[in-house]
Amino acid sequence: MAKQVSILIVDDEESVRDSLYNWFIDDGYVVECAENAQKALSILQSKDFDIILADIKMPGMDGMEMHRRIKTMKKDPIFIFMTAFASVDTAVQALKDGAYDYVTKPFDPDDLSHLIRNASAQIALKVENENLKNKISSLDNVEDMIGESAALKAVLKEVESVAQSNSSVIITGESGTGKELIARAIHANSPRKYFPLISVHCGALTESLLESELFGHEKGSFTGATFNRKGRFEMADGGTIFLDEIATISSKMQIELLRVLETKTFVRVGDNKEISSDFRVICATNKDLKSMVNNGTFREDLYYRLNVVNIEVPPLRERIEDIPLLAFHFVKKYCTSMSRDIISIEHAALKQLEEFEFPGNVRELENMIERAIVIGNGKELRLKDLPMGKNVISSSIESLDDLERKHIATILNKYEWNISRSAKALRVDRATLYNKIKKYDLKQEK
Amino acid sequence: MKKQSIILISCDHFEKDLTDDIVKAIVHEFQHPVVFKEYDFEISNFYFPGRRQYDANKILKEVSEMVLPGSFKKIGLFRVDLFIPILTYIFGQAFLNGNTGIVSLHRLRNELYGIKQSKTILNERFKKVVIHEIGHMFGLIHCQNPICVMRSSTYVEDIDQKSQNLCAKCKTEIGIS
Repeated sequence: MAKQVSILIVDDEESVRDSLYNWFIDDGYVVECAENAQKALSILQSKDFDIILADIKMPGMDGMEMHRRIKTMKKDPIFIFMTAFASVDTAVQALKDGAYDYVTKPFDPDDLSHLIRNASAQIALKVENENLKNKISSLDNVEDMIGESAALKAVLKEVESVAQSNSSVIITGESGTGKELIARAIHANSPRKYFPLISVHCGALTESLLESELFGHEKGSFTGATFNRKGRFEMADGGTIFLDEIATISSKMQIELLRVLETKTFVRVGDNKEISSDFRVICATNKDLKSMVNNGTFREDLYYRLNVVNIEVPPLRERIEDIPLLAFHFVKKYCTSMSRDIISIEHAALKQLEEFEFPGNVRELENMIERAIVIGNGKELRLKDLPMGKNVISSSIESLDDLERKHIATILNKYEWNISRSAKALRVDRATLYNKIKKYDLKQEK
Repeated sequence: MKKQSIILISCDHFEKDLTDDIVKAIVHEFQHPVVFKEYDFEISNFYFPGRRQYDANKILKEVSEMVLPGSFKKIGLFRVDLFIPILTYIFGQAFLNGNTGIVSLHRLRNELYGIKQSKTILNERFKKVVIHEIGHMFGLIHCQNPICVMRSSTYVEDIDQKSQNLCAKCKTEIGIS
């Protein structure tokens, strides 16, 4: 339910106070009255009001002076002045001082209703705006990075210091360590936080698609370009662009990207008009870019342009002490999303989790917990609900890579090489699946 | 236990068919007996020459001080142009959750707005304003339901758009089934 709007009426005439009081009470507002500015200021010491309706001419301190004093109290109510003496100068001065409106007594009943209704609408917008800002901040805050380990704390410290600057950042780390979360945390704590954070998974797109995705295209520039489309650089204007899997981009795209980063201007595919955009770039990769530079597969000039700050996200096996915290976090998350009671974790299960290597890092742990909750008894997360509880891996003589390769191949064949459906079944994103296919050199059987 | 009466006080001259109609409507809406009384009200005492209107706050106070045995709630009917200090005019006013209210027919007349006179429309409007003010006396605040009689009306057109009945929510609030 919407919050009730509160109104403070300040007027030295009792009949005016009573009339307004009765009028607003009938409309369901919360109303209080003060017979002079001193009394109003004293009420405001202990209470906040959404709207203050005050007479300008009052004995002692006048309405304008009262308004100035209220502003120094760091309160921000909507201020409406009333006066029996209409004067343009006073009205202008009142509005210059930040008053919302100015009315001459007596007012038409409809004008008064409109005035208060509009002021109430403005209050509702202000509240909604505050709520949305808080929501955005809390969603993308560093608090989403769970853990107490020294390794994670060091990363978060780096995030905090780098967030305020405008420098390019490369986030490195194994797959599933939370590189995108780090990028979100940097953006959420930067001065650009009220502008968009645009993510592009470079690994999931072919060269031509990536070009159109990043720079946009004009209608008719290629088959299928049936309308003009803004590119991701254009969308990120004022904000941040996050380029995931940067190591996968082609040499041609590396050149294009370098040019855009240097000039902050680009041209849409099929157009010749230059567009400028103010964005910050954050990249992520699980590859060793430095060695790619050394072997000539990644441009050195682009590497130095991107690598102003490097944040290395530690793998989960290097922050074992965070595993229980993360496990409990995911239990809470999935129990809540599945509308179940939040369950505990069996001691043996927790111990196994702490001993497991987690090649897929936090993502693998998360998937493991989700699966365990789905198949579990709804009372406790047991060792037998976890894949390692079934000795599947320990009893195998095959390596983990062999197992992963076989499992991915099975799923791909099951879904007739439909990447989206296979990625969904494997609970990984499309980019990761493409990388795995490339890594294991998997090919569709003809 | 016998229900207490709402007293309808005619402080001016009103046609019998109109007042009878209002009495019926009040009984129907609030399920309380209604007693109709005529009162010799000295309206000239409340005239404010500066605005050429009548002070509604003072009139309301005067009506509230009338001694009428057995009255539970009372509402005065007038024909003069009412004002309160901050507003240019009012159709009526009442003490919220109190026992007194007043209403006037003056601003409800079509001819005041250059429209052809209509006794039927005037009587309908007057009835709605009376029920609206009695609703306040029962503790009801303005209702958002567009057809509820407790909907706020600042123009006669607003009055025409709503019904003369309380909506289900308002009825429940004052314990009427």
